[in-house]
Formats: sequence, structure tokens, C-alpha cells
Amino acid sequence: MQYLEGRRYVVLAIFTLVGLLFASRLFYLQVLDDSYKTAADRNTLQRQVQVPYRGLIYDRHDSLLVTNTPVYDLMVVPREVKHLDSAKFCQLMQLPLEDLRLGLRAAKIYSRVRPSPIIQNLSTPELAAINDNLINFPGFRVQARMARAYRTQNLAHALGYVGSITPKLLEAPKYAHYAPGENVGISGLESYYEPTLMGRRGVQYRLVNVRGIDKGPFRGGEFDTLSQAGQDLHLSIDAGLQAYGEKLLGGRRGSIVAIDPKTGEILCFVSAPRFEPQMLTGKGMGNRYMDLLRNPDRPLFDRPLMATYPPGSVFKLVNELVALQLGVVTPSTGFPCDQHLIHCTHRHEYPSNVGIAIKQSCNPYFYQVMRAAVLRGQSPNKFEDARLGLGQWQKMVKTFGLGERLGVDMGHEKRGLIPSPEFYDKLRGYHHWNYKTVYSLSIGQGEIGITGLQMANVLATIANRGYYYAPHFVRSVGTTGPLPQFRERHYTAVDTTLFKYLIPGMQAVVDGNGGTGSFASLAQYGISVAGKTGTVQNAHGPDHSTFAAFAPANDPKIAIAVFIENSGFGGTAAAPCAGLMMEKYLRGKVAPSRKRWEDWIMYGDLTKRRH
Amino acid sequence: MSPATPRSSRSIDWPLLLLYLVLVGLGWVAVYAASYSPDAPAHPFSALSFSELMAFNWFKQLIWMGTAVVLIVVLLVVDYKAYDTLAYVLYGGMIVLLLVTLVVARPIAGSRSWLEFGPVRLQPAEFAKFTTALAASRFMAGINLRNQNWRDQAVLAGLTLLPVALILASNETGQALVFAALLLAYFREGMSPIILLLLAAGGVILLLALLVPKLWLVGGFTVVLGIAFLLNSRLWRHHLPLSLGAWVLVIGMVFGVDFFFNKVLQPHQRQRIEMLIDPGKDPLGKGWNVTQSKIALGSGGWFGKGFLKGTQTKFDFVPEQSTDFIFCTVGEEWGWAGCFVVIGLYLTLLWRILLVAERQKSVFGRTYGYCAASILFVHFTVNLGMTMGLMPVVGIPLPFFSYGGSSLWSFTILLFALLALDAHRKQDLVR
Repeated sequence: MQYLEGRRYVVLAIFTLVGLLFASRLFYLQVLDDSYKTAADRNTLQRQVQVPYRGLIYDRHDSLLVTNTPVYDLMVVPREVKHLDSAKFCQLMQLPLEDLRLGLRAAKIYSRVRPSPIIQNLSTPELAAINDNLINFPGFRVQARMARAYRTQNLAHALGYVGSITPKLLEAPKYAHYAPGENVGISGLESYYEPTLMGRRGVQYRLVNVRGIDKGPFRGGEFDTLSQAGQDLHLSIDAGLQAYGEKLLGGRRGSIVAIDPKTGEILCFVSAPRFEPQMLTGKGMGNRYMDLLRNPDRPLFDRPLMATYPPGSVFKLVNELVALQLGVVTPSTGFPCDQHLIHCTHRHEYPSNVGIAIKQSCNPYFYQVMRAAVLRGQSPNKFEDARLGLGQWQKMVKTFGLGERLGVDMGHEKRGLIPSPEFYDKLRGYHHWNYKTVYSLSIGQGEIGITGLQMANVLATIANRGYYYAPHFVRSVGTTGPLPQFRERHYTAVDTTLFKYLIPGMQAVVDGNGGTGSFASLAQYGISVAGKTGTVQNAHGPDHSTFAAFAPANDPKIAIAVFIENSGFGGTAAAPCAGLMMEKYLRGKVAPSRKRWEDWIMYGDLTKRRH
Repeated sequence: MSPATPRSSRSIDWPLLLLYLVLVGLGWVAVYAASYSPDAPAHPFSALSFSELMAFNWFKQLIWMGTAVVLIVVLLVVDYKAYDTLAYVLYGGMIVLLLVTLVVARPIAGSRSWLEFGPVRLQPAEFAKFTTALAASRFMAGINLRNQNWRDQAVLAGLTLLPVALILASNETGQALVFAALLLAYFREGMSPIILLLLAAGGVILLLALLVPKLWLVGGFTVVLGIAFLLNSRLWRHHLPLSLGAWVLVIGMVFGVDFFFNKVLQPHQRQRIEMLIDPGKDPLGKGWNVTQSKIALGSGGWFGKGFLKGTQTKFDFVPEQSTDFIFCTVGEEWGWAGCFVVIGLYLTLLWRILLVAERQKSVFGRTYGYCAASILFVHFTVNLGMTMGLMPVVGIPLPFFSYGGSSLWSFTILLFALLALDAHRKQDLVR
């Protein structure tokens, strides 16, 4: 028996060992390993995000352009769907049977107990049509949320649109705090000012049980935050002018940009063909977007910011300013209209000074102006001389905001192209090019591209006699005024005293006897317009018609640049359009007698009539 | 203690009684917390009608506790000799009851082991442990296990395995498993330790075979055996057949596991073992119980979230929380400190039972004491092991803690029969 007595200790030891094993295992689970605590919080804590009211958008006269409206999503909880009569359902909802089938399958894959959207973006009337019948379809319910609503039919390109955040955007660090399915500004101002418009989300922590049913706030709401509505945007856009611009040019291809030179505020931003901002919101948005995308005239292409055209004769103004600054010409310098150098547009009086040259848009004159600016004998080698001269020319031209982004408050601005010597080195080979290679730049043709916005800005700079404010759409974020970078003056490399020599010539373009831009004249209202026409040869058919101007010449309130693609002479298509726009803005209305010009721009065959 | 008043209450083992009361009391608190609903806070003093209160597990548990008191009185008042005398009768009666249950029981959660009397449900298997322990102790008193009398050993084995077979037939694997506890008591009375070792080794090999690639296992075992032979030449000379036999056996087991696992085990049993090995494989499905149980325990921290403040158990993340997974509530609300205290209480109880068993003068009393301790120990081990994810999910209750009349009654009987025997131990003749 003595021998068996010892066995009690074996049993005792087994008991004790298991007890110790459990205590240490629990010590690991409960004290050392934190992951179970977070898992418990994930289980029971539901983070409910309150999406704030998105900021509104107003025009410069405080008329409401963009607001919010409730829309409704029809949600389905697959587990609760019972005896679904899909034919009846689809008939009621006006939904193709196939869509319902796919939607239900996707919902089941996502979750059987959580709601997934079946139809999104129902408007209030659409909801009213189905709401009463929903009771016959268990498992389907309606969920409201806010979507954008538009009080304007215009300005779609600048406004941009709002949509559910895409998986690709979600990966960007900027959108790290967005949840899938949340609304986000996808393009235009909605995208650029997203943080401002979005506001601050509110977060509520709720306790939920295993079935996801709410069990009250977590720790009495200690960690909850309230949502803060987004700030409103006050645009510098003049809604009336914008509407008029879209009416004039909306059916064609081209752009109109008008800037208030005194502030850099963009008054009007037309990209043609136009479309309505409503098209990119609400039910069926996806299909409408695809239609726009497939349209051969590319209405979604934001032309004022993204289409870079050779500026044509308008660019002669910049070349003249550079030459004046370099001291190679004076305002009273004359050059012969030597057609051996370059073909001139028409026969005209002798360009004995810059005024006449601008008025007549004399190509040989400006050929010689730029040659004087580029070839200054800085090197005995004529190739090197051209290289050095063009390099200095390029640097000075860039100070006009050309070949660079102006920094407008929109994301997709194009730089355009002001070629550097290196550009031609690559194209032609080092020392294999000289002025004769690049002379088209003197009349704004060739290897040069500027956007409509840049051209308007050049005119604003001239209107200001030497400086500009970066063009911008938003004159006030909430009540705090424009962003700080828009309060800063930018000077060009050209002395401010030199700009005044251009203006008589530009006025003569419009109001002088035989000026190329006479259709833009507002002389009948006592308003003096200073402008310059351009007719841009291009590889895509008839010439582009451009006209850039500012008015009144002595106290400029508006600088404008009009591009009309494949519409012939600047003086016949773009100039009257700019004239109407300036009249609308400066006088607040367009005289009935000018209706024929409206009809001409909207419906006329612009390439037919020559001037 | 006066030998003149052997029936006096003073001869009751007070520490055991106290431990019992504390465990049952703490158990009730845990059941209350587990069945407490923040939406409808009901407490023992709320003005609810009897039938409304009956909707709450904690209230029903109070009734079970009340009846347990009656049971205790009966157990202590009954002539202590009756446990010895009636051992076989009770055992026979239980076998009949188990058979009857098999025939008449309605399947509940996949097992045909519950007898229903109106609103009251009883699980005879719970009580079979007690009767088998009594019968085994009685049989043990008449034999000597060390004598290696094959007939006696066979009878004992049959005595033990008969109820096991019946319980297995009713699909209560967990309850059948508990009978393995009796081996500890038999061991104390002289059963060869080799049986225990073989069983333990078998379990380890089974587990390893599931976790480790088979060839590694066979190779590893061969290498270990080879090293043992090289180090000890006597082993080589004297135990070659035995060693080779063991080698063949192990390899057979390793390859037999596949067969056992895929062919012998039922799908739900296979799942439980799979989930034990890798609960992350299907955390929302078959691994749900283990995962949620570990989350509830693990979120408790040092001192827990506080009474009635557990979120995992309160919001129904843990299934069976007032019965099999009651320890989750303990872990979540009382933290590691609470768990440590509860484990300490159980260990103290088990130590005390062993002490009480050892001081019995009769082999019957001592064997029965060991049986009681071992049965409690296996319940404790399997239940806690399951909540911690150390053992497969086998639905057996935690003694005194888990909600349920059958289990409370059966453990009360198990413990107080020993207390009754202990109170009269001095009247027994020394054998």
C-alpha cells in the first residue's frame, strides 16, 4: 500500500499542472495579447459616420448655382427577400430583369444580412411612384442620402461633378479617410475644393450586438463628434454672362474665357460643345456619361484649360513686348511688309510703326521684330546666336504665364508649349537650326501651344499694363476671400512702362479704319475695345478663329479670349462673339439690333464669309 | 469533533462545503451576468410575475439551487451505508434509464439524451457518472487491481464502458469522454500506469499526426528511438521486441489517424478538431464559437470590464454563454484576476477532495473520492480548455458554474455523497 500512497501526488500534480497551464494561457490571452481587445471592439463598436452637408456654390452675384437634394437608393437585404415576383418588381421599378438578377447576385456576394443598393439615385417623384408598393417586396427598402442638385444649366466644365468615390481614388492618401460609396468631387471645382466643400464628418460610436442591432452609444458618447457642414464657394463667374456665352458658342467647338483683369477673377468659362451639369447626377448618370464620352466633338474635354492651340496673330503682341524690352525695336520702328520673308494676310498700308503693324496684323513686320529680338549678334556663329536669342526669348515669354501652369483653382490645367532651344536641338539637332527654322513663332504659329485661359490672361496682363493675378474661379471660400495665392501680383519680364505702346494699335484693330477686328467694336456705346484677331492654321481642317481683347481700353473691366475651332478668320467668327460677350458684361444686356450677330455666331457658316 | 456524536454537523468537512457554496454562488453571479439584458434589466427584486421571471436563466438557476439544498439534506440524512449497499442497484437502474432514454428521447441539438417531464428536462447521462463511480468503487473494494487478475480487470472495464457505450449511442460524445476520468481513480488504486501513459501518448501522437507532416513524425520517432538505443545498450538487448512493437504501433497510429479522422469521426466532430487546429480558417462559420470565445476572454484584460459590463457576452457574440461557455463571462467581466481566483478555487476544491478521499478508511470511500475529484477535474479541464481554444468544442458544463439543473444536481450529488461518507468515516472499520 505504501507504494500506492505515492500515486496521490501524481494525481495532485496532474490537477495542479492543468490549473497552472490554464492560468498562464489566460494570462497570455487576456493580459499579453492585445489583439482580442481590438477584435472585441470591432465586434461591438460600430462607427457611424455622419456625412456633412456639402458646401453650396454661388456665382459672383450670389445666385445659387449648386445645392444639395435628397435622393433615394433602393436597397436590398438578400436574406429578407421572400417570394420575389421579379417580373412584377421589374415592371414597377422600370428595371431590366437582367439588372435585377445581377444586382441581387452582387448583393448576396457582399452580404446576406447587410443592405446593398439595387437602384441608386431615385428622385423624390420616382420614389413616390414606387414607395407605396414596396411593402409587397420584403427585403427591399429605401435609403435616403444627399446628392448634388443644380440651379443652373451651365458651367458644367468648371463645376465638375460629384459621384461615389472610385476604388482608384480610395487608394490615394488624400482620400484615405473616405469610405467606399461616399460622395466625392470627381472633377472641376468640386474636386479642387473637395476638403472645403466636404466639411468635417461627424462620427458616432454605437454599440451593436451580434445581429448588428443598435445597443446605445459607446461610453455615453464620449468619443462622438458632430459633423460640420462644408463651406460655401462664391464663384467669380457671372452666371448671366456664362449662360450667354454657352448660348452663343455651345453648339460649336471652342472656348471663351473672360477675366476681370483687376483681380484675376474668371467671369466666364465656356467650353464648347457644352453639356448640362445635371447630366452627371442622378439616375442614369453612368449612361449619360458614356454618351458624352463617345461624342466625337468631345464635350467632356475641358477646352479652355486643356486644349492648346497655336495662338496665331494674337501672339504678335507678346513678341512685340519682348522686343521692346530687349530694346531692339522702338514703338516707332518701321519694317517693310516684305512678302519675300513671309506671306502677309492682305495688302495694306506701310507699317511704319507698331500701331499700324498691329492694326494690319502684318506678318513680315513681326517676322522682323522677332528676328531682331532673337538674332542680336551675341555669338559669331549664327546657329549659336539663334540658340542664345531664343533661349532669352523663351524665358521672357514664360513670364506671361505661357508654357507654364497659371495655377488656376482647377486640377487639370495644361501647360501649353513655348519652345526652348533644347526643344529645337532635339527636333533638328544641335546647331542645325536658326531663326529661319523657328520664324513661325513670330506670328504665333508652329511649335507653340497656349490655352484659352492663358490667352485671356495675356490680355489681362496687357490690360493691366504689365501684371496679372493668377486667374481663379472662387472669389471667396466661405467668407474668407480667395485663396492667398490669388491675391499676389505677377509681373512679366517686360517693363510696365512699355505696355502702353501696344494699346493704340489694339484699339485700331477694332475701331480703326480697316482694322481686322472691327466686328468686336462697341464704339456705338462709347466703349473702346482693344483687341487682336488671330487666324490659326492647323492640321485639323479650316483655320481656327481667335480673338482676344479687353475693354474699356482705358479702364479695363474685362479681358476675353475666344477660340472657335475650324471657323476661318478671327475677325469674322471670334471677334463678333467677343464683342457680344463684352457688351453683355459691360452693359448688362445686348442690344436687340445685335441679334443678327448672335444668329451669325450660333448658326452661320463661319468659314464662308471672309473679311 | 466528538466521536460520540458521529452524525453531528461538526463532522461535515466544512472547507469543502464552503468551497461548494462559494463556487455555486459565483456561478450564479456569472449566469446572471450572462443572461442579463441591458434592454430589459431584471433582477431578483424586480416586480415581475413568476412566469415572467421564469424566462430568465438566472431565475431558473435560483430554483435549481433551492432544490439542490433539498438534495443536500437528503444526501446527508440518508444512511451512509446505503451508498455502498445500493451501488450496484443504482448502477443497474441507471443503465435501464439510459436505455429508456435512448428509446423515448426526442433529439435535442442532435443528441437523444434528454428526458422531458413537462417543463423540466433531465439528462440521465449527467447522473450516470455518479452511479458508475459508486459501482466502480464498490467493485474496487472487493478486488486488488495490482494482482493483475484479468477477470477482475475485464469486469471493471465492462462496468465502466457499458454506460459509455449507451451515452455514445445517444450522441453525447462529451459526456462519454468524462468517463475517462475514472482511469485516474483506478490508477490510484493500482492500475498500471502504462495504460495512462499509452492513452496520453496516443493523444499526443494523434494531435501531432494532425499538425505535423506524417513522414517527419515517423522519421522523428525513428531517430529518437535510434538515439535511445545508441545511448543505452541494455535497452537494445532486453527490450528490442517491445521497442520495435512500439515503433510499429506509432507508425500504425500515424497512418491510422487519417482513417480515424476521415472515416470514423462524424463530420461535426472532425470540424471541431479542425477548428481547434486552425480557428482562423472559417472564423464566421465553424470557427465562430472558438473565435468569439477567445475574443470575449481576451478582451477582459487584467481586471475585466466589470460586472454586467461585458459586451461580447452581453450582445450574444458568444453562443451557449450561460451553459457551456459561462467561463467567457467570467473572463470578460472579471478579467484575468477573476479567472485566476476561480481556477484557484477549483484547484483548492480538487486538492481538498483528494485529502478527504485519502483519509477514508474504506477502499470504497477512497475510490469514490478519487472518482468524484477526477470527474470534476475532467469537466473543469475540458470546459476551460474549450473556451480558451485549447480543446475541441465539446459541450460539457463547468461544474457549479454552468446554468442547468441536471449538471448542478449531478455535481451536488457527486460531492455530497462523498461528504456524507466522510462524515461517518470513523464508524467504518479499518479493513
